[in-house]
Amino acid sequence: MLPLTVGLTHYVVLSALLFAIGLFGVLSKRNAVAVLICIELMLNAVNINLIAFSKYITPTLFIGQLFAVFVITVAAAEVGVGLAIIIAIYRNRLSVNLDDFDWLKW
Amino acid sequence: MENFPVLLTILLSPVVAAIIMAFIPREEHLLIKCVAATGTFISMALSLYVFFAYDQSLGGLQFVQRIPWISDLGVTFYLGVDGISLPMLLLTNLLGFSAVFSSWNVNHRPRDFFILFMLLVTGVMGTFVAQDLFIFLLFYEVVVIPIYILVIIWGSTKRVTKEYAGMKLTIYLLIGSAFLLVGVIALFMKTTAIQGAPDMSFEGLARAARYLSEFDQKWLFALMLFGFGSLLSMWPFHSWSPDGYAGAPTAVSMIHAGVLKKIGGYGLIRIALYILPAGAKFWAPVIAFLGVCGVAYAALAALAQKDLKYIVGYSSVSHMGYVLLAVASLNVIGVNGAVANMFAHGIMAALFFSTIGFIYEKTHTRWIPDLGGLARQVPRIAVAFMLAALASLGLPGLISFVPEFTIFIAAFKVYGGLAVVAIAGIIITALYALRAGANTLFGPPRPEFNHLRDIRGPEMVPLVVLGTVLVVGGLFPFLLFDVINSGVVPLMSQIGGALKIGGAF
Amino acid sequence: MVEFALYNAWLVPLLPALAFLAIIFLTRPWPMLSALVAVGGIVASFVVSALVAYGVFTNPEFLEKPLVYAVRWFSMPGLNVDVGIQVDPVSAMMIFMVTMVASLIFIYAIGYMKGDPGFSVFFSYVSLFAASMLLLALSSNLVEMFVAWELVGLCSYLLIGFYSYKISAREAAKKAFITCRVADFGLLLGLLALQIVFGTLNLVELSDKVAHYEKYTTFGVLTLIAVLVFIGPIGKSGQFPLHVWLPDAMEGPTPVSALIHAATMVVAGVYLVARTVFIFAKVPAAMELVAVVGAFTALFAATIAVTQREIKRILAYSTVSQIGYMMLGLGVGSMTAGLFHMWTHAFFKALMFLAAGSVLHALHHKADIWEMGGLIRKMPVTGWTFVVGGLAIAGIPPFAGFWSKDEILVAALESGHYVLFVMAAFTAFLTAFYMWRLIFLTFFGEENPANHPHESPPVMTVPLVILAFLSAVGGLVGTPWAPVWSQWIFFEHPHHVEPNYWVMIGSVVLAAAGIYLAYQLYVVDKAKVKVKELAERYRHIYTILYNKYYIDEIYLWFNHTIIDGAAKLIYLFDIYIIDGVIVNGLAYLTGLSGESLRVLNTGRLQNYALVFFLGVLALVVLLAFTGPSSASLTLGGVK
Repeated sequence: MLPLTVGLTHYVVLSALLFAIGLFGVLSKRNAVAVLICIELMLNAVNINLIAFSKYITPTLFIGQLFAVFVITVAAAEVGVGLAIIIAIYRNRLSVNLDDFDWLKW
Repeated sequence: MENFPVLLTILLSPVVAAIIMAFIPREEHLLIKCVAATGTFISMALSLYVFFAYDQSLGGLQFVQRIPWISDLGVTFYLGVDGISLPMLLLTNLLGFSAVFSSWNVNHRPRDFFILFMLLVTGVMGTFVAQDLFIFLLFYEVVVIPIYILVIIWGSTKRVTKEYAGMKLTIYLLIGSAFLLVGVIALFMKTTAIQGAPDMSFEGLARAARYLSEFDQKWLFALMLFGFGSLLSMWPFHSWSPDGYAGAPTAVSMIHAGVLKKIGGYGLIRIALYILPAGAKFWAPVIAFLGVCGVAYAALAALAQKDLKYIVGYSSVSHMGYVLLAVASLNVIGVNGAVANMFAHGIMAALFFSTIGFIYEKTHTRWIPDLGGLARQVPRIAVAFMLAALASLGLPGLISFVPEFTIFIAAFKVYGGLAVVAIAGIIITALYALRAGANTLFGPPRPEFNHLRDIRGPEMVPLVVLGTVLVVGGLFPFLLFDVINSGVVPLMSQIGGALKIGGAF
Repeated sequence: MVEFALYNAWLVPLLPALAFLAIIFLTRPWPMLSALVAVGGIVASFVVSALVAYGVFTNPEFLEKPLVYAVRWFSMPGLNVDVGIQVDPVSAMMIFMVTMVASLIFIYAIGYMKGDPGFSVFFSYVSLFAASMLLLALSSNLVEMFVAWELVGLCSYLLIGFYSYKISAREAAKKAFITCRVADFGLLLGLLALQIVFGTLNLVELSDKVAHYEKYTTFGVLTLIAVLVFIGPIGKSGQFPLHVWLPDAMEGPTPVSALIHAATMVVAGVYLVARTVFIFAKVPAAMELVAVVGAFTALFAATIAVTQREIKRILAYSTVSQIGYMMLGLGVGSMTAGLFHMWTHAFFKALMFLAAGSVLHALHHKADIWEMGGLIRKMPVTGWTFVVGGLAIAGIPPFAGFWSKDEILVAALESGHYVLFVMAAFTAFLTAFYMWRLIFLTFFGEENPANHPHESPPVMTVPLVILAFLSAVGGLVGTPWAPVWSQWIFFEHPHHVEPNYWVMIGSVVLAAAGIYLAYQLYVVDKAKVKVKELAERYRHIYTILYNKYYIDEIYLWFNHTIIDGAAKLIYLFDIYIIDGVIVNGLAYLTGLSGESLRVLNTGRLQNYALVFFLGVLALVVLLAFTGPSSASLTLGGVK
């Protein structure tokens, strides 16, 4: 059994994986709510990154953590707005399918 | 009176009129027109005063006004007039005043019309009194917006729609100014590097530009030539002119053909030639060639027209060819002739457009085959039309003969055979001008026009004002030439009187 | 008094000009008052001119040095133009002649134009014309002269087109102006060249400089200048090939034809050549050109006149022919003879035009001479004065035309231009023939019952009588035995002609033969059988002559096919190439690029997000593999 010490690399890899999963979801999901969830995933991946680097590189300063708090706040606001938009669209169109949302064209 | 800011007053008088108009109820047509007339009249009277108060023996810039503005860019709000800009200023105001009366019968949203028109006049005036390149460009851009709106709302659709005409006019103006802007910025960067301190005034730029390399002068001049040239409807960048005038309402055609176009010629002389003489020397043969092409080409094209406004549109392209030829001769006589011809053509073209406007207003057509015999029914219109037509063909005794004569002397001296082609243009000009006159005014009167009312009252103002200038300027050319000469001589001596044509050609 | 007139000769053109202004701005609603103003102006001008002429012709100093006074018109470095007055024998003679003839014609016009709705306007135009013509005569500067030259052209245009509601009048006016414009193009080039080469257009200075032209230019250039300058007179004086406008100009009212298109304006070309004769004298080739054009035109126009039917048209061609004579006189080196013929011609041609006007007035503008006949019984004054004119133009002594024509013939012979001499002599024969053909057909023979002629009022006949008197005795100032004329009007040195009896006798015989032939054909042969036979036998020649050698048609074709064709072509080029392909093409390209790029704009958020992602990825790759320094260069970032 290999001695398993959790290091910076693991955090970064985890974060990258989460980000990739989120990105994949954002680009491929049809459901707008799922896309929003995936965006949350990507934001949290970033949060892990921020905190991990902060912990390993500047352990005495809490810059990363601070940023993470900001990100969480903004993400919360964004989800609020995003869900509101989705609900508004749903009321109009009876659909949350992103394929139907192409009015930004031209 | 010594320190009274005359130029600023001239400039602001139409603006004040526009502001007052904005507070007049839109139904008060007559009041609105009177305010517009008053605003332009004040400007005209003051510019006449400036014209005659200008001290020719002293020469140079007079009535100067300097207000520092953006010091980081070396921009000052710098106004002043010299012998070259003074006739242009006077021309603008004579035309502005007349054009108000040519639009006396505009009853479709007159308030908006006259407000925009006042801004247009101010913009044009500003370009002529500005002595700072930045201010010049600023006023130039002020001109573009009202022109577009005026054409698309109050214009008329004939061969091309008014929207097309307005768009063409505006985009051409903007393309010209875009090239100009590149040239100006490059010039500014280079002269600032030479001088160490930014200075946007004409004199400052000219002082520094003397140390520019010949190559720099050449390409900078080329940019300015394109910019000012397309504004002056230099062949082959002229095609906005006939379409634009045909689509525009009368007053805009008057101002546009009369003075706005002259910003191109004025800029070519006062800015491009003054600041970049070496570039001018290099490009002179090209300018001359394009000028002659314009003269012959547009005169022939005018001959094929059946719409009165198109005839005058092409004719103005043809006349601007003379201006280009004169500038290209790069001597005192030629530049004198160029400025004087711009003045003369302005008066004549404005009278032409004003008269055509009245004809159109009364008969509802500008199509020559539908007209004829008007001299019997509306003799005053006929007089105005013939005055303009005869001035256009350069009849001695009217204002355009002496300028053309001086241009011919200068051009013939320098370019010989090329100038002969341009001089032959007077035959074609006579052909189309007289043909238009004959087919519109003479021949058997048409019964459908029997009820027409001749111009009278306020409608007479353009005829009286412009006709007087046409005749007085023709009989006493020294009134005009003495002023112009006092501006041209110092300019030409500053850039080295011994300019020889040639360059690479 | 005389002194005052000499030093204030500018009054001569100014007075009619003031009359013009007064009529236009003040008296237009009152026709009679307008006529009085116009007549007053021209008569006052005549008085001043007479005083000037008296002053000049009693003082030989004027032969040496003309009296010149001028003011600056405009100036700039390298170009000074003055306007001024030059009083010398030639100009004094000219203003005297013009004001005298013009005064008579103005008075005549009061009767002729009576009742015309444009009565006042007519008098304003003729006053303006008189002013311009007198300015032309007195100009001290070629620019000034050119101005006046164009202004008389303008007046001619306005007056030919006086009945502008008639299409024919409108077209004739336009034709006159444009034909003259073509000629003025040449003249203008000549003037420009003179200004450029010699630096002045002042007549006195110019003549001094041209005398030593070697200092300024070459012989070739001077020849070219002379030819260019001569193109102007070719147009204005109706010389071949630019004579086409003059016969059509008869569309104007008859007093105008008499004043402008016979007596004064059309001889302006002769006058201009006389004024610039110092140039022509230096270049023999140009002189030859003047002589040849003159002689050819004289003959050419006379042949056309033989077949024409309209009374004023015949007179018009006769004018063209007579001006050809004057040119011939100038061209063979005798300014004296050329101007002498101009002087006599003014009287008898004005007379004949006015008499013709009187006939037309009586016959309500029926102009065909074949429909007239026997008019002399009802219109004795008109008829007999016309006969005097006919004798004068035919060259029967002692009438005016004889002396001047004789002098031209002698000058041609003495200078060795034998061919031209023969042409001129034959022209004299033709002139007598066609003019008497006109007289016999109009005034003699049987009356046409359809006509109800009556003699014109005295206001018209009195000027006729005065002009008839002048036509009879006007030539006596220049007989070979008492050559007063040639002592005053000459170039360089007086031109004394010894009486050449052979020429005199010959020309009288030719004139008599012409009249006799006309008498035989048109009076003796009452049914005009011979004439019809002749016309039938030489049908082709007759048709060509009757149609004026088809020159009008050629010009018309050129104008309508070549010029208008080129115009149309250029216009189509403008619409379809410059505007269509280039301008609208650029606009189209701009639109097209927008059209094609808008496909990228799918409207799907996920597509956009994918593009973001790929972009970021690309940046990362770039940074990772190329290092910061080169990446910043590529991206144009700050260093």
